[in-house]
Amino acid sequence: MFAYSIRSIAQGLLVLVAVAFIAFSMFRFVGDPVANMLGQEATLQDRQELSERLGLNDPWPVQFAQFIGNAATGEFGVSYRQARKVSDLIKERLPATVELAVLSALVATFFGVLLGVYVAINRTGFLSNAIMSISLIGVSLPTFLIGIGLIYIFAVELRWLPSFGRGETVKIGWWSTGLLTESGRKSLIMPVLTLAFFQLTLIMRLVRSEMLEVMRADFIRFARARGLGERVIELRHALRNTLVPVVTIAGLQLGSVIAFAIVTETVFQWPGLGALFVNAVQFADVPVMAAYLMFVAAVFVITNLIVDLLYFLLDPRLRTGGRTAKGH
Amino acid sequence: MTEKPVLEVKGLTLDFATRRGTLRALDGVSFTIGRGEVLGVVGESGAGKSLTGTAIIGLVERPGRITGGEIRLNGQRIDNLPPKEMRAIRGRKIGMIFQDPLTSLNPVFRIGDQLTETLQAHLPLSKAEARQRAIELLIEVGIPAPEKRIDGYPHEFSGGMRQRVVIALALAAGPDLIIADEPTTALDVSVQAQIITLLKRLCRTRGTSVMLITHDMGVIAETADRVAVMYAGRIAEIGPVADVIRHPRHPYARGLMGAIPALDTRVKRLTQISGSMPRLDSIPKGCAFQPRCTMAIPRCSLERPELVQAGASRAACWLTNAETEVPA
Amino acid sequence: MTDTVPNPGEPSRFRRIWESDVMWSFRHSPVAIVSAFVSLVMILGAILAPLYAPQDPFNPATLNLMDGLTAPGKANEFTGKTFLLGSDSQGRDMFSAVLYGTQVSLLVGAASVLFSLVIGVFLGLMAGYVGGKTEAVIMRVADIQLSFPAILIALLIFGVARGVIPPAQQEDATLLLLILAIGLSNWAQYARTVRGSTLVEKNKEYVQAARVIGRSPLLIMLKHILPNVMGPVTVIATINLALAVIEEATLSFLGVGMPPTQPSLGTLIRVGQQFLFSGEWWILLFPALTLVILALAINLLGDWLRDALNPRLR
Repeated sequence: MFAYSIRSIAQGLLVLVAVAFIAFSMFRFVGDPVANMLGQEATLQDRQELSERLGLNDPWPVQFAQFIGNAATGEFGVSYRQARKVSDLIKERLPATVELAVLSALVATFFGVLLGVYVAINRTGFLSNAIMSISLIGVSLPTFLIGIGLIYIFAVELRWLPSFGRGETVKIGWWSTGLLTESGRKSLIMPVLTLAFFQLTLIMRLVRSEMLEVMRADFIRFARARGLGERVIELRHALRNTLVPVVTIAGLQLGSVIAFAIVTETVFQWPGLGALFVNAVQFADVPVMAAYLMFVAAVFVITNLIVDLLYFLLDPRLRTGGRTAKGH
Repeated sequence: MTEKPVLEVKGLTLDFATRRGTLRALDGVSFTIGRGEVLGVVGESGAGKSLTGTAIIGLVERPGRITGGEIRLNGQRIDNLPPKEMRAIRGRKIGMIFQDPLTSLNPVFRIGDQLTETLQAHLPLSKAEARQRAIELLIEVGIPAPEKRIDGYPHEFSGGMRQRVVIALALAAGPDLIIADEPTTALDVSVQAQIITLLKRLCRTRGTSVMLITHDMGVIAETADRVAVMYAGRIAEIGPVADVIRHPRHPYARGLMGAIPALDTRVKRLTQISGSMPRLDSIPKGCAFQPRCTMAIPRCSLERPELVQAGASRAACWLTNAETEVPA
Repeated sequence: MTDTVPNPGEPSRFRRIWESDVMWSFRHSPVAIVSAFVSLVMILGAILAPLYAPQDPFNPATLNLMDGLTAPGKANEFTGKTFLLGSDSQGRDMFSAVLYGTQVSLLVGAASVLFSLVIGVFLGLMAGYVGGKTEAVIMRVADIQLSFPAILIALLIFGVARGVIPPAQQEDATLLLLILAIGLSNWAQYARTVRGSTLVEKNKEYVQAARVIGRSPLLIMLKHILPNVMGPVTVIATINLALAVIEEATLSFLGVGMPPTQPSLGTLIRVGQQFLFSGEWWILLFPALTLVILALAINLLGDWLRDALNPRLR
């Protein structure tokens, strides 16, 4: 168990360093931070002073180390475009994205597994076919169209839900939540559904195909030969074995919900990190881009670790190191 | 045998509907198994041995279907039962064990749980009673320290131990008949003998009948009372083990027995039967073996031979009547 | 193996393909036939657009502002012209706009698929054949890339490009940039699959034989292993095409893709969104519908192809 987690953590750190390198490279190659900060009018002397202060004249490994050090404390400098500290921008927008992402992930997982199991058990039948058809369309529907469609139906035509923004939020410490107000909750509904839809489709199809695969295994046949009921076999034996691979893949997928939120946030004008990133891309605002990148990488690594742990708990074969007794 | 046979199979026919047409996998298979008797079923891969076993326990999967004949267990017809009633018979009256003990056991559940589950599915036992019975079963199949090992996972057992657990599971509810489909093929040679001895002992003490499916004549010679030789979905010869091995009548059976090297005589060449078993979509008219038979007469390619008495056995061959005994 | 009686006269090559398992499955699957038909119609329609489109919507000289915002089928109150699918705020015929937009979307989609295919297959072959450190590195990078959403990677590449390319040339570079960005975000799946197949083929005798003769590794990879690997690659490419088209639409929708002067379906949707809420629904609906039908048809085709080529399901 110990060795297993050490390996996972080490791999995670490696990924973080690699991504940091990419982020760092962006800084060096894109634009000129000095010019961005001082504008066109600065004198040569001012520029040189700033360069020195920013450490731009040091050899690049030193700069890289400094970058990592800064990144670890959440320090990414100042946004080229908005002249505010990047860390402040992120803090401001983080809660919006996190609430959206977490809720979507929960919705997608819960319904994805439920529907996936249903469709695997009832392979024929009208409802199953309908669900599978909708899922197929779901893969072909871009997220932004779903968002636009929902807005049109529920906000413009029916006027049940707000068409953009977070509604009223309540501040708890530095976190602002939309869950405590009615308008906040109403504002969450459509974005959460939009973001969850694609994930849900994926998880559902995954659960279905894994379960169908498991149902073909020998131990399922043997369970039938022992006279165990079909329902029992499906929901106990098959499902338990299905969860093992599903957790890994689904978990990894959900880790990137934060990034998928980019589109949803744009459609609903949701003041989150995704929208911030798109803005940064449009104006080549490198500090923000770098910070976002590191953030996503961190989320990805943490999700990976959690998934590894879950996998370990679910599959007893990993606990004893997978060794089988020989002889006898 | 004056007692009613445990299993009666009469004219069993099984078809597969494929897009190339209907394939007949079993064609008029008939045999009986008496109480406490071990019937061996031998033949090449694809001869239909496993399929016969699967058909008896009612686990044939689409597109396969029983299209003719009947199967009777203790006099009662079971091939046409509704699924729910057939399920009650599986495990309780007929048990089946498969080839690979590793894949026969659900890897994520403890073997104790798998045992108690089976027990409670068929017998009115409390959890504690079932656990006690499970431990007794483990002792019966020769698992040392059963109170400890009952909480183990399948991957913590060696191959031979696993097959013992599988046997325990199949015998748990006390069936009248066990269908053993290649129970030793996946095991080390040294372990095979132990498992065979175990099976024999258990069935003698409990009075359970066994249908032992295998391609290994040595196992048959050791264990079986009678043996049926299958070819291309039909029975070629059936009779007491000693008789069929020493005086095979059917040319195919003769070829099989001749292909076994004997330890006590010096054999210069092993008998080879040229050609191979026909594919299901090209079974010849008349006798299925006729294209490869060295003694075929014109009648063989026109009419399919029925099983006729020849000494203590029965063989499906037109030449049996005009018989000359072939020296061993 | 029982020998079947040989046919007098070998069937022609076309006949053999027509009667093969894959074509049998195709002929018996109404979904496959319909989606193939639709895909073909749309692709051809898009390619041949200049020949029959009522108007070249992006040549300002042909536009009349007074034509603007006409509903589909109704005559314009000022000029009396009717447009099949309506007109947008600049007086462009939506039908033509959709046709040209589809052309751009498909162009970017196909080009980027080709790009990822070439990179992915090559890296996959290398990883599988050479093995060792090369394989480990390539596969690790592929794994990591597969867990990051393609949009993110594409956006990143765009962001960097925006910062590096001087503003004057940015609009022209967009097409190439899009192809590059989408292509680079999708190679990993090819690499994974091809590596797997290469590993399997590598150990087969015909490869060993070629090595013994002394053929160069590149030749072996290209001539011997590659043909055996193309089956799954085709499936991935088809499904990837739909994904690439959607990805491009998303990028354009976000504002970092094709500009309104050379729009793709995504750009048209973005422009159309503003008009949706003020009642001119047709400016959004038709590009959106086209996009969905296109993606759906290609996806269905890819799904069918995958099932047809899957040996286990036969």
